[in-house]
Amino acid sequence: MRLELRHVTKRFGDFVANDAIDLVVEPGQIHALLGENGAGKSTLMNVLYGLYAADGGEIRLDDKPQHFAGPGDAMAAGIGMVHQHFMLVPVFTVAENVVLGQEPTGALGMINVKKARNFVTEISNRFGFDVDPDALVEDLPVGVQQRVEIIKALSRKAQILILDEPTAVLTPQETDELITIMRGLKESGTSIIFITHKLREVQDVADQVTVIRAGQVIGTVPPTTSQTELAEMMVGRAVDLAVHRTEHTAGAVALSVKDLTLLDPEGRAVLDDISFDIAAGEILAVAGIQGNGQTELIETLVGLHKPSAGTITLQPPAGPAQELAGRSVKSILAAHVGYIPEDRGKDGVVQGFSIAENLILDQVGGPPFSSHGGLKMKAIADNAAKLVEEFDVRAGSAHASLSQLSGGNQQKVVVARELSRDLAALIVAQPTRGVDVGSIEFIHSRILEERGKGTALLIVSTELSEVTALADRIAVMFRGRFMGIAPAGTSRNVLGLMMAGVEYEDALAQGARGGTPTSQSEHDGGAEWVS
Amino acid sequence: MSTTTRPAPVAPEADLASLLPRSWKVPIALTVFTLLSAVAFALTTKATAVSRVAIMTGTTGLGTINLTFGTLRWSWALTAVMAAFTGFAWWAAANRIHQVGQLPVGTTVGTIVGVGFVCTFLLWAVADKASPLQFTGLLSGALFLSVPLIFGAMAGSVCEHVGVINVSIEGQLLAGAFLAAVVGAVTKNAWLGLLAAPVAGALIGALLALFAVRYWVDHIIVGVVLNVLVSGLTSYLFSTVLSQNTAVFSVAAKLPTWKIPLLGEIPVLGPVLFQQNVLVYIMYVGVFVLQIMMFHSRWGLRLRSCGEHPRAADTVGIKVNRTRVLNTILGGAIAGLGGAYFTVAAGLAFGKDMSGGRGYIALAAMILGGWRPKAALLAALLFGFADNLQNALGIVGVAVPSQFMLMAPYLVTIFAVAGLVGRVRAPAMEGKAYKG
Amino acid sequence: MGELSPEQATTGSRVRRAMRDVATSQATLIILSIVVALVVGALLIAGADAGVRSSIGYVFARPSDFFSALGHAVGGAYSSLFQGAIFNLNPSDNIAFLAPLANTVAYSVPLIFAGLGLGIGFRGGLFNIGGQGQIILGGLLCGYIGFAWHLPVGLHLVVCVLGAFVGGALWGFIPGILRAKTGANEVIVTIMLNAVAGFLLAWFLTLRAFQANLNTPISPSVAATARFPHFFGTAIDLGFVLALAAAVGVWWLMERSTLGFRIRLVGENPEAAKTAGMNASMTYVWVMVIAGGLAGLAATSQLLSGVAQQLNGNIAGTFGFDAITVALLGRSKPLGTVLAGLLFGGLRAGGYIMQSATGTPIDIILVLQSVIVLLIAAPPLVKAIFRLPDPERRRQHLAKVAARTVRKEAVA
Repeated sequence: MRLELRHVTKRFGDFVANDAIDLVVEPGQIHALLGENGAGKSTLMNVLYGLYAADGGEIRLDDKPQHFAGPGDAMAAGIGMVHQHFMLVPVFTVAENVVLGQEPTGALGMINVKKARNFVTEISNRFGFDVDPDALVEDLPVGVQQRVEIIKALSRKAQILILDEPTAVLTPQETDELITIMRGLKESGTSIIFITHKLREVQDVADQVTVIRAGQVIGTVPPTTSQTELAEMMVGRAVDLAVHRTEHTAGAVALSVKDLTLLDPEGRAVLDDISFDIAAGEILAVAGIQGNGQTELIETLVGLHKPSAGTITLQPPAGPAQELAGRSVKSILAAHVGYIPEDRGKDGVVQGFSIAENLILDQVGGPPFSSHGGLKMKAIADNAAKLVEEFDVRAGSAHASLSQLSGGNQQKVVVARELSRDLAALIVAQPTRGVDVGSIEFIHSRILEERGKGTALLIVSTELSEVTALADRIAVMFRGRFMGIAPAGTSRNVLGLMMAGVEYEDALAQGARGGTPTSQSEHDGGAEWVS
Repeated sequence: MSTTTRPAPVAPEADLASLLPRSWKVPIALTVFTLLSAVAFALTTKATAVSRVAIMTGTTGLGTINLTFGTLRWSWALTAVMAAFTGFAWWAAANRIHQVGQLPVGTTVGTIVGVGFVCTFLLWAVADKASPLQFTGLLSGALFLSVPLIFGAMAGSVCEHVGVINVSIEGQLLAGAFLAAVVGAVTKNAWLGLLAAPVAGALIGALLALFAVRYWVDHIIVGVVLNVLVSGLTSYLFSTVLSQNTAVFSVAAKLPTWKIPLLGEIPVLGPVLFQQNVLVYIMYVGVFVLQIMMFHSRWGLRLRSCGEHPRAADTVGIKVNRTRVLNTILGGAIAGLGGAYFTVAAGLAFGKDMSGGRGYIALAAMILGGWRPKAALLAALLFGFADNLQNALGIVGVAVPSQFMLMAPYLVTIFAVAGLVGRVRAPAMEGKAYKG
Repeated sequence: MGELSPEQATTGSRVRRAMRDVATSQATLIILSIVVALVVGALLIAGADAGVRSSIGYVFARPSDFFSALGHAVGGAYSSLFQGAIFNLNPSDNIAFLAPLANTVAYSVPLIFAGLGLGIGFRGGLFNIGGQGQIILGGLLCGYIGFAWHLPVGLHLVVCVLGAFVGGALWGFIPGILRAKTGANEVIVTIMLNAVAGFLLAWFLTLRAFQANLNTPISPSVAATARFPHFFGTAIDLGFVLALAAAVGVWWLMERSTLGFRIRLVGENPEAAKTAGMNASMTYVWVMVIAGGLAGLAATSQLLSGVAQQLNGNIAGTFGFDAITVALLGRSKPLGTVLAGLLFGGLRAGGYIMQSATGTPIDIILVLQSVIVLLIAAPPLVKAIFRLPDPERRRQHLAKVAARTVRKEAVA
């Protein structure tokens, strides 16, 4: 089936998410939709899938105009979508999820369980998916959940399959398996729209690439276009990623973690015997695929989880060493540990509070912002004025509600709050997720400045290029364990192997032989961090 | 990737498991009950005391068996059983055992010790009394008293599974009771009253859906305010329209009590379960059908998908908000039907606020039952039992103030939600508006 | 969608925008909600009136009968409601002229106390349905101290008021600590505790020490040493001043204290509170203790002022639930709660006069209250009823029209 979008426009209030987008997907084509976070790719696909009503333009299938009032219409027309956040009911079985909305029923609307299972096994066998129809979805690994999503779409006779950022949560191997699946689907005549911001994947699998930036189509090019060129189309200007870092020798060990272990309630090790040291003025970056224990690591370090075993020792520049394991968040923060959480909206800020209030969230209990249980309004206002200026927070007023700020400016508020304190160690997670390019550069430079002051920094990031740009040393996490700590400058391909669960030494050996069967290859530094 | 083998997932090894925290809540609570049973009941019993219990066997009035228990011996025996299970709970907690086969340790042992405690208490309470404890009456009365709770819990279960928190069960019961009474009195036909009850409940359900689903008002707020509204409305109409025409409205129609052939003859159980009011039989069918439909039918699957992951439901073409509205109305109708209990089932005329907070108790029963109709039934029976216990013991003439017996089920619920019973999961997105 | 031309935009749209601002403002919303509630109430009054019902049978033959009956029923009821709540239009003297207003103030006191408490809970992210139980416990302690202890004037009153606070705080502490330590849902626990408190009160009233006359579940009267002094011979007494002081205190607590900052933070985003090193659990305990204590103070208005000054089974009335509507109407802010308390206090004061003067049962007040609160919670509904502009709906409507136009073009 041939899909054509003509001048599709979608606005949210005054914000134009999609501005007269044109797109043609030929039958049996894998068409990559490339763009930065927030460029409007997902919005466009949600319009195509009938979740949003377009404000203008039209959708044509085989040259017939279509009107989708809801996803049901889109599905009936042969469009299937695998969302970035899976649309699966966790407490349902695989079969129940697949048949939901198209249930095979017997008398009195009772579900025909046998037929429901067949829906799954038939497609699962055809494409070699290996999925158990009776498993509860919440018990399945993400890679398998994604296949359930694809089965769901195919069981509805989808001829055009939209994959929204399908590789974000996958390991390199799982990504390879997905790419094989995509090729298989293409051979069976299914068209695929493949949304991504990872250049490498585009070149691996796509037949055609359309680049979107700020809601507009920048161009449609063949996948042979060079990475630098694609990156420039995405970002809009030559990207200067050479972070200006001054070389300096790190000081004495400031943060020392030994044999750190954390168990979940079922007794599985989420953190498994992790040990590392960070020196004053050093950045240890932790890389890895999302969900391999990074979140638990930083949350344990700041006291949000009580470690099941192990020690966390902080050696401040002045004063005696302190044991942090088992202490409360409050006392750990008071020991001059800064924390920039991974999920800003959930953990870092309060949308209903003013900017000024958000700037003192973790410091409100003592001087200078309060005394004898009362808030000192002037000190709070002065602090806000100073930090808004210093950290270039673009806001009308410090008393404005935080919810009026963009993601990048909200992140600056968090960064400002933590960096304005006197720190011995700083724990940072995903410092630039969902942040615009300008703010990224600003935040990176402030982090490096903090390193210059002699603070020990631990930075968790799933963006490999952010890791390589900032780190003095790189640890890679896989299933709750460190696969080793590599020096800065370690090649992507070694890091990639580690992310897939290979110990550092083995990865180094394999990497040196050049014998990695993955498609990861070395690229020039140009636009790397976007991948 | 031939050269890289993934490490096997880290299994709970013996040395890792020893790092897990232990939970002593359950054994401690059980120990308290066991000691209470020993100290308050067994130790205070005279050696010569006897407790008499009367049990009906089959047809009303005839075959009654009078059992006589040696109070001291039996209360120590029961306490010993409680102590044994409490010991088991300590052992299980120490070894981090949460399940034996399919049975969760906390709930199962808790139930056994609880039943033991109630039995010890009953023996102690009726020791050396002139008249025996009417055990059959205690149970059948408990069943009848739990009827509105069970209907309410079913209503709550339907609404919450579709994603709407229904705190207005109280109002729906009251509205059902009111309309059933009015229609029953006007038509002089209890059956028509029974038919009218769900209509009233459905109306309140529709209001709940309007505000909660259409206008995104906090579900608990709407629920509480609707209860006030129904209370005010029915009381107002009672004081005006109904009081102006007492000739018509004070005459109450009553649904018949049926004895089911054969089943009603079963010893002990027959009189309790199968010589009941028609509404009770409707309840049996209702719980059974709802439990099956909720988890095995298309309706149930779609219903629950809207409460668990409305967006997923939307992406497969299910109209989330329409599903929510329709099922909230259905839930209201079920609770409204339960409201008929107060008037046409009991044969009473309407009285102000006659639901007396039972809607809130039904809500508690549903939560206690983990949002499942079947388990909510058991929880509701517990409330009904405690409610009727003070009636039954009052007849025997027991010294314990009735207020404390009435309090018991509420305290049990507090214990239960505070974590004595294993944690159960509410529908993930209940109470959250779906804004598409 | 036709853009406005420049000249239209200057004058026409400014007026229109001003009108829209008025139409969409909070005050307008509240007034319109009250209007709708009064209309609903009028329908009920008319429906229950025998004269109206008999005349509607021949409304087309003689409409005047119907309308005069209607006016008589509704007008009579509402005019006595007004006169009972605000001004007595046939006064014997100036004090009598204002006496209804004083009654309104008096009736508002328990609503304000309990509403302030519940409001703190809402802002702290807790749904405290337990006002009823907290008032009962406050009343038990306050009443017992009031009639059983013998203390000097002034001190006795202070101890009584403290007793009311402590009783309510105790009953708030239980759900707070259970929520903090076990995660137990406060809605269920407070509902259960309401019932437990009711039975507890009933049991205490069976004790000889709590009975004025043997076997009557009514306590002796609170000693004269513990009663609120009245002002100007009206129904207004020290209780109202205390309620206003409590409102100011709550304002300071929520806006100017670190505890209030914590409460608001936990209410808005408990995860962020934990990340910022705050003990969210202990905050829940504080919220419930303060909320319970304030609700407990509501009991003073029946025990330390009013007519009977005795503890009985109905000490909490329906204040616990009424206070929920008060807090909601007042948006959980102190000033709003005071105003909402006065409004509902007025309805109650007027309602009693209306009941005795026209026989319209006081229960209709509950209907008015709940309609008002429901409508205020759903502004789009009020706007739909009065066909006022609603920016959100307007945008959706425009989008719909645009989509339809596109569709038409596509078909053509």
